[in-house]
Amino acid sequence: MFSIDFRQIGIVAGKEFWDRIRNRWVLAVALVFTVFALVIAYFGAAQQGAVGFRSIDVTIASLVSLVIYLIPLIALILGFDAIVGERERGSLDLLLTLPITRKELILGKYAGLAGALAFSTIAGFGAVGVILSPSLSLDALFHYVGFMASAILLGFAFLSLAVMLSVFAADRTRASGLAIGTWFFFVLVFDLLLLGALVVTAGDYGGAIFPYLLLLNPADVFRVLNVFSLDEVRTLYGLATVFPEALSNPATLGGVMLAWIVGPLAVAIWRFER
Amino acid sequence: MASTIVEARGVTKDFGSIQAVKGVDLSIAPGELFGLIGHNGAGKSTLFKMMLGLIPLTSGTIHLDGEPITGPRFRETRRKIGYLPENVVLYDNLTGLETLYFFADLKAVPRRECAALLDKVGLTAAAGRRVREYSKGMRQRLGFAQALLGTPRLLFLDEPTTGLDPGAIRDFYRILRELKGEGVTMVLTSHILAEIQERVDRLAIMEGGQIRATGTVQALREAMNLPLTLEIAGGAGLREQVSRALEGLAIDSIEESGNMLHIRLSRDAKMPALTRLATLGDTLRDLHVREPSLEDVFFGYRA
Repeated sequence: MFSIDFRQIGIVAGKEFWDRIRNRWVLAVALVFTVFALVIAYFGAAQQGAVGFRSIDVTIASLVSLVIYLIPLIALILGFDAIVGERERGSLDLLLTLPITRKELILGKYAGLAGALAFSTIAGFGAVGVILSPSLSLDALFHYVGFMASAILLGFAFLSLAVMLSVFAADRTRASGLAIGTWFFFVLVFDLLLLGALVVTAGDYGGAIFPYLLLLNPADVFRVLNVFSLDEVRTLYGLATVFPEALSNPATLGGVMLAWIVGPLAVAIWRFER
Repeated sequence: MASTIVEARGVTKDFGSIQAVKGVDLSIAPGELFGLIGHNGAGKSTLFKMMLGLIPLTSGTIHLDGEPITGPRFRETRRKIGYLPENVVLYDNLTGLETLYFFADLKAVPRRECAALLDKVGLTAAAGRRVREYSKGMRQRLGFAQALLGTPRLLFLDEPTTGLDPGAIRDFYRILRELKGEGVTMVLTSHILAEIQERVDRLAIMEGGQIRATGTVQALREAMNLPLTLEIAGGAGLREQVSRALEGLAIDSIEESGNMLHIRLSRDAKMPALTRLATLGDTLRDLHVREPSLEDVFFGYRA
């Protein structure tokens, strides 16, 4: 087992990060976030016949739905070729003859990509926060910052999954297929499966464990994390009231999200070092 | 300083049921320009990758400058080596200079070395251009500059002249000669045997995962006892006079093309033949002794 040289991680991370700045990836994603967030903030209540910013809780509730679709997809696209792309291009062998371990290479790649993702999330949603700030109380601002932080964690979790897929995949085509499949599973299929199981069993079997099963999906952890932090939103989600108190703790949910970040990354490192 | 800079002992590599490398022993001395040749699938790429620490050995040991490449002092060992992969792929979005900066940082080499290296490989004018705008040959030269970062003691060059034009190939080997003069050891693979036969100090021929022969090109020729060719230019009646002079010697064949004779004869018959031909005086206008090419040697070992 070799010691970790953080300088090597920093060099790789710096390259990955600046690559995304230079090719305007960060700018494009930040703009997407800004535009969507502004549209939701100002036109989110248009169906009820009102236009304009109403409340931060309702805005966040709408943004949560947006972010659950968008950020996992962006993170998976960002990270799916992190390793397999280098391998397929032939540059991986060259990198691995340098004084850097495989672990440092993965951590550097992950850190750089995570930095780019976090930067665009902060810039995109932060710009909207600045625009809305005259209408926000300190408490509302706190909620909004919490939403941004959880969105970043969600991105990190899916980026971790993407890097893991990138290590396992034999080529970029397979990696992109796996990434899309992962997005479908966690964002579209997982909740449907849970809901289907709940309906089929009529809640008679293992009903109590269903809320805990949500923790097996980082997108659901993100949703729950935001739903339970907002009083107004809790009332919007009827089911929120039946959610176990133990899982309502942001620290617990944050811990689960952290596990979703560390777990796949650890698996990726383990596999890459073999 | 170790007496060998590359030391492989009993190196074996299995991929499932396929044994790609079978008990290879190899020693390369400091300052040598060593060639590793073999057809596709002979095991040379696998051996190359094991020497670089890219794939683990099934059994055996490899030491570079006295240290295992994957040992606890791997960072120091890797700083001593340079590697130019075949068809080097670098980062399209970086400029040539930025590419070198990236690799220099990872090798803990001062960035100030980079501009000089670009100059050495003839890329100064393209230093600020993105790699995506580089031709194949320019990428290869940039890859070579990358391999030279940190003044390595040991260079691994995998098909290094792929994509280079004749002028660049000449420049490339000129740099190799300079490096050799500085005591750098180089291990290179190439399919262009004519290109390396006069340039390597020693070489190893790989076949079926094993090293079939190791030595200088001349030693391998002699060990194979491949026939030599005498190329003789002369006037009218040359063939008859030469045939008469060489009667009784082990001559494989005599072929005529224009006013040239090509005589294939065994190595043992060379000196007697030359002695007899000298008696023909002005009948001969020119005479060359052509040794078997490395290609002849290579195919001789494969046969």
